[in-house]
Amino acid sequence: MLQLKKFEKIKSDFPIFNRKVHSDKPLVYLDSAATSQKPLQVIKAMDDFYRNSNSNIHRGIHELAEEATGLYEAARTRIARFLHIDNARQIIFTRNTTESINLVAQTWGRKVLQKGDLIVLTRMEHHSNLVPWYMLKEEKDLRIAFIELTESGELDLEQYSALLEQNPKLVAFTHMSNVLGTINPAQLITHMAHDAGTLVLIDGAQSAPHFPVNLTELDADFFAFSAHKMVGPTGIGVLYGKLALLEKMPPFLGGGDMIRKVTFEGFKVNSIPYKFEAGTPAIAEGIGFGAAIDYLESVGMETIARHEQELTRYAMHALGSVAGVTIVGPEAEKRGGVVSFSFEGVHPHDVAQILDSEGIAVRAGHHCAMPLHQWLNLPATTRASLYLYNKTEDIDALVKGLAVVRKIFT
Amino acid sequence: MDDLYREQILDHYKNPRQKGQIEASDYSFEDENPLCGDFLHIDLKVDDKGIITEAKFEGHGCAISMASADLVMESLLGKTIEDAKKLSKQDIMDMLGIELSPIRLKCALLSLKVTKAAAYELQEADDNLME
Repeated sequence: MLQLKKFEKIKSDFPIFNRKVHSDKPLVYLDSAATSQKPLQVIKAMDDFYRNSNSNIHRGIHELAEEATGLYEAARTRIARFLHIDNARQIIFTRNTTESINLVAQTWGRKVLQKGDLIVLTRMEHHSNLVPWYMLKEEKDLRIAFIELTESGELDLEQYSALLEQNPKLVAFTHMSNVLGTINPAQLITHMAHDAGTLVLIDGAQSAPHFPVNLTELDADFFAFSAHKMVGPTGIGVLYGKLALLEKMPPFLGGGDMIRKVTFEGFKVNSIPYKFEAGTPAIAEGIGFGAAIDYLESVGMETIARHEQELTRYAMHALGSVAGVTIVGPEAEKRGGVVSFSFEGVHPHDVAQILDSEGIAVRAGHHCAMPLHQWLNLPATTRASLYLYNKTEDIDALVKGLAVVRKIFT
Repeated sequence: MDDLYREQILDHYKNPRQKGQIEASDYSFEDENPLCGDFLHIDLKVDDKGIITEAKFEGHGCAISMASADLVMESLLGKTIEDAKKLSKQDIMDMLGIELSPIRLKCALLSLKVTKAAAYELQEADDNLME
């Protein structure tokens, strides 16, 4: 699988791998869970837009405005198809996953939730799926409960089932943990929630880039993700929502594009998705996002998932064989391409710094999941995360790098 | 890299001289680096002439932050609280004797922040103390 011709070629699509780091070291990039690298196809689509079609969108009458609008809206359509939904109006462009979740908290949450209402989160959430709810909790005096984790770092579905008996209004959970790598059984969790009359928000920041997501099957009420983790540009993300919910939600930010009519007395909101898209959006980035989707589809999401599955298994085996390394989270079969670990006697910052000097980019810290690290009883971890351009030789470089770390610290 | 993890720093990290706590301390403070979760608690004891006779730290963090804490505590022995207030970013960099990237600088300067907050008897530390 790893020897597939396709994956041999993929790395050459990403110009960043032509550069060296620390003057002469090839770049070993193992930080894709933070942000992915960008292929030439995406860079070129954005460059083409600025060179040839740049204009504001939606109300211009001239040729450029029509072209720009067409390109931007075509991206929306492609994203809808990518997620296996029919109606592109359910795709709302935001800045990123964080903004998508805040949008739901500040519009649906603010309107619907009342004092004492329960929101269910999990112990493995990223700060972006905690803090928006904490903010709302303070404002509206809500209750928050957490789905507990099993020892291996999976969600405890029995305890979740008990929580559902308290009739929560919303369950918001990550599709895949950015620290443990755990892929959560999203369809089952959603199904259980719906049986209890509870709505579901899925944080798809780590899932949409890495394996096929079928929102029609998943049946989630809200799904949030970012372009920059899936070979697209920064500054653009998506909130998907069920039509009936989106229609009833009040607008998010006020301004141009989100209105149908403005008078000296007030305003009338536009229809979805524009109702939630005030102001000039990230047009070039939207177009770049569309190109990113095209790129991922040209490789195939199933193929990408299989490739990462192989690499993850390889990485877990290789890292697991290094003395002093303890990997957090479940076995390879239950996770995506994220492997976080502690290295006995060496702080993750020191691990990352020494690896960096060898040209290996990993992440060290709490990865925006401080409560989870509290649960793990670790102040921080070192995280290696994988994507379609990684190969087994990147893992080999990491293992070699850890030997250098060990040498310095013994 | 050899520079960053030079002998002296690794030595202070692996064999800290000033690690521990002082039961009846005159000045204490603790804080963390929210970026990475490094944690540092310090205790200082002064005699009747205002001279620092004991300086200890407890905490967890990377080699840079812990070595820096150990070096700062060591440097305070025999000095006054007024001297502690005057500590600067440059002093810490001189003690460590290495070049640091902006991110790693924060690791090194946690000890400065905590020491000055203790000396000034502040309730809360802010990042200006790291200048």
